[in-house]
Amino acid sequence: MTDALAAKAADPRSVLTGSIADHSEGMSYLETLPRRLVTVYLPLSIIMLVLLFPFYWMLLTSIKPDDQLLEMDKVSPFWTTAPTLKHFYNLLFETNYPLWLWNTMFVAVSATIVSIIASVLAAYAIVRLRYRGAAWVGGAIFLAYLIPPSILFIPLSTVVFQYGLFDTPFALILTYPTILIPFSTWLLMGYFKTIPFELEECALIDGANRWQILTRIVLPLAVPGLISAFIFCFTLCWNEFIYALTFLSTTSHKTVPVAIVNEFVDGDIYRWGSLMAGAVAGSLPLVILYAFFVEHYVAAMTGAVKE
Amino acid sequence: MTQIALEQPPVKQIRDATAWARLKVNRDWLGFWFMLPAAAILILFLAYPLGLGVWLSFTDARIGRSGTFVGLENYEWLWGDNVFWLSVFNTLLYTTVASTIKFAVGLYLALLLNENLPFKAILRAVVLIPFIVPTVLSAIAFWWIYDAQFSIVSWSLKHLGLIHENINFLGDVWNARWSVIFANIWRGIPFVAITLLAGLQTVSPSLYEAATIDGASAWQRFRYITYPLLTPIIAVVMTFSVLFTFTDFQLIWVLTRGGPVNATHLMATLSYQRAILSGYLGEGSAIATAMIPFLLAAILISWFGLQRRKWQQGENND
Repeated sequence: MTDALAAKAADPRSVLTGSIADHSEGMSYLETLPRRLVTVYLPLSIIMLVLLFPFYWMLLTSIKPDDQLLEMDKVSPFWTTAPTLKHFYNLLFETNYPLWLWNTMFVAVSATIVSIIASVLAAYAIVRLRYRGAAWVGGAIFLAYLIPPSILFIPLSTVVFQYGLFDTPFALILTYPTILIPFSTWLLMGYFKTIPFELEECALIDGANRWQILTRIVLPLAVPGLISAFIFCFTLCWNEFIYALTFLSTTSHKTVPVAIVNEFVDGDIYRWGSLMAGAVAGSLPLVILYAFFVEHYVAAMTGAVKE
Repeated sequence: MTQIALEQPPVKQIRDATAWARLKVNRDWLGFWFMLPAAAILILFLAYPLGLGVWLSFTDARIGRSGTFVGLENYEWLWGDNVFWLSVFNTLLYTTVASTIKFAVGLYLALLLNENLPFKAILRAVVLIPFIVPTVLSAIAFWWIYDAQFSIVSWSLKHLGLIHENINFLGDVWNARWSVIFANIWRGIPFVAITLLAGLQTVSPSLYEAATIDGASAWQRFRYITYPLLTPIIAVVMTFSVLFTFTDFQLIWVLTRGGPVNATHLMATLSYQRAILSGYLGEGSAIATAMIPFLLAAILISWFGLQRRKWQQGENND
């Protein structure tokens, strides 16, 4: 029975929609509406309010005109009557923001592609080739996932310097995979395990070699897993801060998170409007991606901890 | 015609497989090539730097100058350094408080989301947004919310008549600590809640029904059904949560840069300041290396917790 339930849990849709058949009714009919209002809806709305308020505030600040930003007594600060796109306009046409956005995108996509290719090969070898010591390597890769960037950035900065990569996008494209490969290998190992052995055995009998099996049988069946890994890796890259802060020094090479923190704060006069516009514009690509691939996202998150 | 077919000698003799042909199907040989890209990156940029970091902590390296071996000098210096011990205290406080609250509120939120709600799918998707948005960018939003003069929180509390002065969120020692802890909790709850929710959905509702018929209260149902069945996933989620909280850098760097008077310096931010900004690579590496024992302890505790639970429940029934 636990197996059947585990199989249900493996379906990411069920996490979002709770579509497990006997779950929709449950015992909820035993509870009256007023009781549910207090025990469920009230705490839920408080938590949601706290979780979402910073985004509302970020968005609101980015479209408020400057004079309303610091004037809190004449008009209510929770709303604006004269929304303006001035901050976004400044951001796009008077700063290097588009360039930073491009840098981030370029680094994130390249590092993700490198990682996915390496992870697909590694995961397939660990799960299906089962070379000597494969189980041991699988464990080592999981341990690698637990090594945080915060203890690696100092020696990595000397390594990056030695290899002559300092202040180039390649410093990031080659170091980000150290975060991404362990994660995506682990995720893909889970996906590859669910593909039946028999398919591969048939292909082997028909004379396919391992490379053909991987590209023509395993990968097409693992597309959802690949999408999950890709999106999650992309998000992690976009989010990364400490390597980008340490390995890049030229303003025009920086990624969005680093550039916003370092370039937008001049002296004591915080340009709150542009700062928030920068934060909104930097989050938007990820939020849009997320909106389209929610299920894959959840699958990646829960898949990584399920093992 | 049949005769011709019969008379034909066997076209191919069974050849001895050449060494090359055997190699092509050898698992170890194939495995080696499949592992090569991942192994190369992980060894060059993960394993080697990890070892190098430990080595650097025993040298007096600076930026632009490779150091010489100085033994435990960096560690001895740190042992007598109050700022280092303050950062250890801050890191432990930050990790303990934030992880505990993240776990409690995350589990509560997961239980709430597991209820039969209207717009369930949308609600669950929205909960994850703080996790999607890059930490630095949401930290900037918090920076503005925590502003000393124009904080919306101070403004609201003043208008409700609860306080009369603006709260100095990031300028006061303890206020700053609680503020960064709150921001970290805010960032971490979605991850805990959604992963625990995935675990909750594997618990069969018939167990709850049976327990209710037997007269179990809501608390008993949680304590004796939900919690034991959820333990393995709780252990994994909390290991991740503790690890990432312990080594946090981004939030602190954006909000306070370790200030005021080092009150919010975590070990990660202190090592960045010493190694990269001041240039003392050796000393910074020593601080980073000092984090490793804590991390190992966290991993081992959750690992053994998990093993014990497996042993209690039987290996195949987790």
